[in-house]
Amino acid sequence: MNHVISALVENKPGVLARVSSMFARRGFNIHSLAVGPTVDPNMSLITIVVDGPEMEQIIKQLYKLVNTVKVTELGPEEGVIREIMLVRVNSDPTKRAEMIESASVFSARPVDVGAATITFEISGDPEHLSNFLELMRTYGIIELAQSGRIALPKDRKTKRHTTASTKSARMDPS
Amino acid sequence: MPETLTGASALIRALENEKVEVVFGVPGGAILPAYDPILDSTVRHILARHEQGAGHMASGYAHASGKVGVVMATSGPGATNLITPLQDAMMDSIPIVAITGQVPTTSIGYDAFQEAHTWGISMPVTKHNYLVTEVSDIPNAIKEAFHLASTGRPGPVLVDIPKDVLNQTLDWQSPGKIDLPGYRPSIKGHPKQVRSAVDLILESSRPVLYAGGGVLRSNGSESLVRFAELAALPTVTTLMARGAIPDSHPLALGMPGMHGNYTAITAMQKADLLVAVGARFDDRVTGRPDAFAPEAKIIHIDVDPAEIGKVRKADVPIVGDARTIIDQLTEEAELRIEKGAHWMDRESWLETLHNWKRKHPLSYNQDPEGPIQMQYVIEQIHRLTGGEAIVVAGVGQHQMWASQFWGFERPNTWINSGGLGTMGYAVPAAIGAKVAEPDQLVIAIDGDGCFQMTLQELITASIEGIPIKVAVMNNSSLGMVKQWQRLFYDERYSAIDLTSHTPDYVGLAESMGCIGLRAKSPSEVGPTLEKALAVTDRPVVIEFPCDPDAMVFPMVPAGASNDDVIVSAEDLP
Repeated sequence: MNHVISALVENKPGVLARVSSMFARRGFNIHSLAVGPTVDPNMSLITIVVDGPEMEQIIKQLYKLVNTVKVTELGPEEGVIREIMLVRVNSDPTKRAEMIESASVFSARPVDVGAATITFEISGDPEHLSNFLELMRTYGIIELAQSGRIALPKDRKTKRHTTASTKSARMDPS
Repeated sequence: MPETLTGASALIRALENEKVEVVFGVPGGAILPAYDPILDSTVRHILARHEQGAGHMASGYAHASGKVGVVMATSGPGATNLITPLQDAMMDSIPIVAITGQVPTTSIGYDAFQEAHTWGISMPVTKHNYLVTEVSDIPNAIKEAFHLASTGRPGPVLVDIPKDVLNQTLDWQSPGKIDLPGYRPSIKGHPKQVRSAVDLILESSRPVLYAGGGVLRSNGSESLVRFAELAALPTVTTLMARGAIPDSHPLALGMPGMHGNYTAITAMQKADLLVAVGARFDDRVTGRPDAFAPEAKIIHIDVDPAEIGKVRKADVPIVGDARTIIDQLTEEAELRIEKGAHWMDRESWLETLHNWKRKHPLSYNQDPEGPIQMQYVIEQIHRLTGGEAIVVAGVGQHQMWASQFWGFERPNTWINSGGLGTMGYAVPAAIGAKVAEPDQLVIAIDGDGCFQMTLQELITASIEGIPIKVAVMNNSSLGMVKQWQRLFYDERYSAIDLTSHTPDYVGLAESMGCIGLRAKSPSEVGPTLEKALAVTDRPVVIEFPCDPDAMVFPMVPAGASNDDVIVSAEDLP
């Protein structure tokens, strides 16, 4: 099972290497990793998606790194979790309008259109992206690039108003 | 007017401010600037013959003194030669600060002469490390390095400084307050956890106090013994904790684990409660983890939260400094007793343990005709010194026998490489220990295989006037490897023969400025040792040609349950 860990670390050279080296050394698997700035210029936020049952050890070992300030595990209901993806798909000019229309249901935007391909940009939670991919597969995916997951804990007071993702239509399996 | 210093001078000044008395090291190109101001410093530099030796010297120094050991080396090979001692210190939680030179910042990444990515290479073998790229950062980096090495769970910290940074100048300012927002080790245990722990101890009828190296790192021996007596807790001391409770103490059970004694091993197996203090449920202690101490509840006290639950789930985890928490437990227990609480009856448990001790003592047989048994030599050294010595061991059979047969009565008198099992540790670590404790007798008990790995440091010892004793147990083989090949590889001996006659240890010792002695038979062991102990002005090497076929028992084979301990050779299937 995938777990999302959000680690607030000091913004110092090499801190990402420390984190990834520790994961490698301890044999913990990283599913995805994203790092970026925070409002405090002295801090960075690393979002790590990990597999495996050893969550307690992973969190403790992260804390053990001198540059780690705070570690939070975000359960599926506790965080706003997002990924961004670029997908290039085959696009017969006759189908172009149809594709753009169905993509818009997922709030996916065409960002590059060529003679025989369209590239869509989409962001959302992992399930949303995977549903979109399923749709695109019917046209033929040529290549794709996907970011690591980023996450923030939900604000408890406003939890009810947080959307699950961009409001999206589920694929009808038929 | 602030004083203008070079980075190198600031480095040495910073070391002086940390009250560093001695640095073990080897100079070279990139660290050259630092070797100039050290000439005018109060810091003594001891020139090792190899950086690995310098690193283990720093470790022996730290072990014996409780202070931070300091080692200095140049870039590239100097730094890579430090990796073994750094990982050794990492595994055994020894406070060391390593300072390495680096190629100039403008050359980093260009595969410059003697360039190695020291920061990256040393990352997994240090508690923390630094690459200092601004000269003004030197004072703070050194201050932080000493703070990190010596607090919380102690360990090695490396500071890599490029040559141009050492040559630049700064206006000296005493380093400010340490700012490490991610580093706040706990010291006091949580009072609720302390109360829960005392509850479990009160209810236990078969408790064992499981003392690890953390007890010694926190200077917790006295507290440990007081608590063991108060709560009537039989106590095992791991390889890293030998001496934490005197071996002669009625509650002391000696060493558990792969080559522990029957009583210590079995007491843990049968216990209904383990009170682990500064111990990490190492595989050499637990044997097969899922068969270890199956009936025991666990109280786990450790300064490193990551150790708790790593191997064995704790019923009562307590994070903090070992001594502080033992004292908290003592205080809480005294309070309970005052209020009328009393321990579960331990009489029958203590009697069982006593009977096991009587029935399964550690034993060996010394034939007066020879060959010499290592256990006999160890006992003779103990007899002739009255046990008043710091014993330093390498890794292998001699190490296990030294731990088994030397009766340790005081803390910090046993120095060895536990976690990493670094052959060659003894000679340099003994040198470091002797520098820390010049008035104490320091004896390295070493194997011939280990000795040949780092013996050149005896040159350092004789030239620097560090009169250690080295007992070389020459069984002309890599004895522990041989034992495993005999037991688990059908007696097919592969690459274990060191030969009995080469080198000539006496001649070798003399060539390095030491006294060389040899005891050829059991009857010569005592008199030769007496000769050796009479020498006080230079290092002495005493060679003991030993039984090449002896095996260490008891033994729990790797991966086996501790229930299947082989007590002696007669028990072999």
